[in-house]
Amino acid sequence: MAIFSKEEARKILEKALSFSTADACVVNLGGSQGGNIRYARNSVSTAGYQSNQSLAVTASFGKRSGTATIDELDDASLKKVVQRAEELAKLSPENPEYMDPLGPQQYDESKTFVEATANITPEYRAEVANSSITPAKTKDVTAAGFLDDGQGFSAMMNSNGLFAYNRATDVSFTVTMRTNDGTGSGWVTRDYNDINKFDASEASQVAIDKAVMSRQAKAIEPGKYTVILEPSAGLGLLQGLGRSLNARSADEGRSFMSKEGGGTKLGEKIVDERVNLWSDPLNDEVPAATWNGEGQPLKKTTWIENGTVKNLAYGRYWAKEKGVEPVPFPSNFIMGGGDASLDDLIKSTRKGILVTRLWYIRSVDPQTLLYTGLTRDGTFYIENGKIKYPVKNFRFNESPIIMLNNLETLGKQVRVDGSLIPYMKVRDFTFTSLSDAV
Amino acid sequence: MKRRNFVQLAGMGAGAVMMPSLLMGNNIPTEALLEPGMDILMKKQMADVALNTAKSLGASYADARIGRYLNQFVRTREDKVQGVVNTESFGIGVRVIANGTWGFASTNDVTPDGIKKATEQAVAIAKANSKFQTEPVVLAPEASYGEVSWKTPIKKDFKEVPVSEKVDLLLTANAAAQSSGANFVNSALFMVNEQKYFASTEGSYIDQDVHRIWPTFGVTAVGGGKFKTRQAMSAPMGMGYEYLDGLASEKLEGPEGLKLYRGSYDMVEDATTAAKQAREMLTAKSVDAGKYDLVLEPNHLGLTIHESVGHPTELDRVLGYEANYAGTSFATIDKWKSKNFKYGSDLVNIVADKTQVGSLGAVGWDDEGVKTKKWDIIRNGVLVNYQAIRDQVKMIDQNESHGCCYAQSWNDVQFQRMPNISLEPGKEPYSINDMIKDVEKGIYIAGRGSYSIDQQRYNFQFGGTMYYEIKDGKIAGMLNDVAYQSNTQEFWNSCAKICDKDDYRLFGSFFDGKGQPSQVSAVSHGSSTSRFNDINVINTGRTV
Repeated sequence: MAIFSKEEARKILEKALSFSTADACVVNLGGSQGGNIRYARNSVSTAGYQSNQSLAVTASFGKRSGTATIDELDDASLKKVVQRAEELAKLSPENPEYMDPLGPQQYDESKTFVEATANITPEYRAEVANSSITPAKTKDVTAAGFLDDGQGFSAMMNSNGLFAYNRATDVSFTVTMRTNDGTGSGWVTRDYNDINKFDASEASQVAIDKAVMSRQAKAIEPGKYTVILEPSAGLGLLQGLGRSLNARSADEGRSFMSKEGGGTKLGEKIVDERVNLWSDPLNDEVPAATWNGEGQPLKKTTWIENGTVKNLAYGRYWAKEKGVEPVPFPSNFIMGGGDASLDDLIKSTRKGILVTRLWYIRSVDPQTLLYTGLTRDGTFYIENGKIKYPVKNFRFNESPIIMLNNLETLGKQVRVDGSLIPYMKVRDFTFTSLSDAV
Repeated sequence: MKRRNFVQLAGMGAGAVMMPSLLMGNNIPTEALLEPGMDILMKKQMADVALNTAKSLGASYADARIGRYLNQFVRTREDKVQGVVNTESFGIGVRVIANGTWGFASTNDVTPDGIKKATEQAVAIAKANSKFQTEPVVLAPEASYGEVSWKTPIKKDFKEVPVSEKVDLLLTANAAAQSSGANFVNSALFMVNEQKYFASTEGSYIDQDVHRIWPTFGVTAVGGGKFKTRQAMSAPMGMGYEYLDGLASEKLEGPEGLKLYRGSYDMVEDATTAAKQAREMLTAKSVDAGKYDLVLEPNHLGLTIHESVGHPTELDRVLGYEANYAGTSFATIDKWKSKNFKYGSDLVNIVADKTQVGSLGAVGWDDEGVKTKKWDIIRNGVLVNYQAIRDQVKMIDQNESHGCCYAQSWNDVQFQRMPNISLEPGKEPYSINDMIKDVEKGIYIAGRGSYSIDQQRYNFQFGGTMYYEIKDGKIAGMLNDVAYQSNTQEFWNSCAKICDKDDYRLFGSFFDGKGQPSQVSAVSHGSSTSRFNDINVINTGRTV
């Protein structure tokens, strides 16, 4: 039994804390269970089920801390794990950055758990595979996909009276469709907390259509192009910007967010004024937990407002050093969008490239947030408001900062990988070479 | 839950606290690393429970892997210890073939009851999935080895070295870097011991004790509105703690005072050099884009080999099993069958090897009981073979597994993973200095950097740790903003010269990811410094 209710979790955590003799003690309890199915070559290749539970105790004497974990939760095991943590703490060097555990906190009720997702069966997973494989075969296409679903809970309690609990469900799906002549490939991704929002046939058909449409791609010269980035493609580069929100690296002078001559870019306009980026655990489309691993409440936080850096994330220690309030790291990203549909964006484009996704994205220069990677699984040339033909994949070298300064139009938002990202039309996106990959 | 978010927002949100235990096992005290674990006779009895249960339920084949995975990680920054973590994970994975289909289940309840239940589940999964199976699994024949064992030939077991000694080493290296001009230093020691017991219905009982170690750091210099990080020139190795002895006999002198290391690493010396080089990078000249002859140092070239030869010659990728994640491969079956597909120039000989001493991939037997070996992938520039396991080799008309099956732990199913893939050294005596003398307009690149390659492994872009301009046979100073872009086949066909065996070293990847759900594995790539002519170099400098 890996999923405990709030009261069951509270009892176990109280029991563990009752064994503590340390100055401070924090106990985290978590469990998850879920299944997956993987298919390739139009046939199921593997299917699995995992169940985990784990309890972690961090005991502290002064500034010395030790952590021990265990997966058995009987009284004797709880006592043992607390003792181990205390022994480790006594042997550990002092951590000058040690912070006392937080006191009791108020949390919003999260929206992360949906019963239907917790009840997914192996038969359902097999049917999802079938929803890809059967239509693929009729179009001379080969499906390879992966569905992964699960439910989990996390809870924590500390010796200063804090208690937090959350339950969540999650399902993610990707499928790659390749035409049997090897010249076309399409892909789709979907992820939800609520399985009722998922339509495997609809998603699979998007990938099949892209595969068929992308056959016999033409090579066009690399260079600077106006691009329409589907939300998956945009997210890949926005994550790079998200990772630069750490105030400490910025203060230390080793981040894009560092200002020349000292200080940070907090309060500076860095991108087009239409860009707004925030996180919000209570958003209905991308709900997230309302507290983090340290027990800090997570609230709606604005990172970029009208193109200006509004907040950087401060851990508790660094906030104390700098004399500011801590700002917890985000649990999701939401980028403000507009009304334009993908069709609208294509219609308003005289000459440009539609990009389904970006792949193998790696940092090239952390100072400028320059990233490289490639387009994949559906890249199309647009002329006079219409998709004219598929084009060969490109390698890009681009920074999300340059991308968001070259913004033309924001489209509708779509959930991708737990974040809400709009379609974006961007001018002068830098493609540096061609790839033969399909 | 949300495994991908853990990765993307590493350390940033909820869940970060729980991650190490879920991924690595339970945290344990340092002394517990030295506990012997389950007795070998008991392991045999437990494995037999799985094998007998599987057979009684109608399985035509079964294997059981009882694994105890011990890890120790020590992390520091500047003068602070950030963490000392010891973890242990113990359990059994049972894989069966029933109705011609694979089934797998695992449990940490290593008792007759627990094993029986897991085996029943594995057989039930195999039978359920057989509905979707179009072709039954066929295993290539493999000998029965009886009761055998293998151990990484280590001289110093990391588990016997006190944590204080490890902490001291890292803090000494950090201090050395700081006193040589570094503003920040992050350093770490990763140490792994896999105690694996394999048994199959074909009569093999294989006990293995595998050790790996990776000392590493990032030294950052800040100045003039810029920051630059110089990574360590160490390699993760299949060795014991003796890798950190810093033996003079294993040191090589590179251009411009660069210190290079073979089978023994001097971390304090490297950190000192790193700080000076990180400072130098702050003011180095920005490269002029264009064509250059590249001189690639083994700790850099290893990653290029990994991405452009290692991955494309994995048979499961070639066949489409990885199409939805890592991708497929340009090195298709028809190219291999032609027997004349020129992957590289005549100089290029690339071997797969699961036996090389000191390498990350070295074991006695793979995770499906196949005796490991060495075989050719590219000979005289021509693609001659792939990497395949027992249920795959028949697809390339072969009857003997290559022995490269691996699972990251007892609770993951084993599948084809990359063996060590290495470039053979040049046959004639030829040093790095000889090579630089022969280059008119070139760039010497050392250490790993940014890397990206497409899903069929044609187009790639690589950066490095350090770049030096070569003009008329001489090093002409450090460069910044260098990356090279090429096509795999063009790149390997431009290979014009390879240094001799004295320059041969191993590069390693400690956490190579593959599969869904993703599993990591560790693999080495050996090479000598090599020259590639007329490669496209771009300038990655930007103003934002």
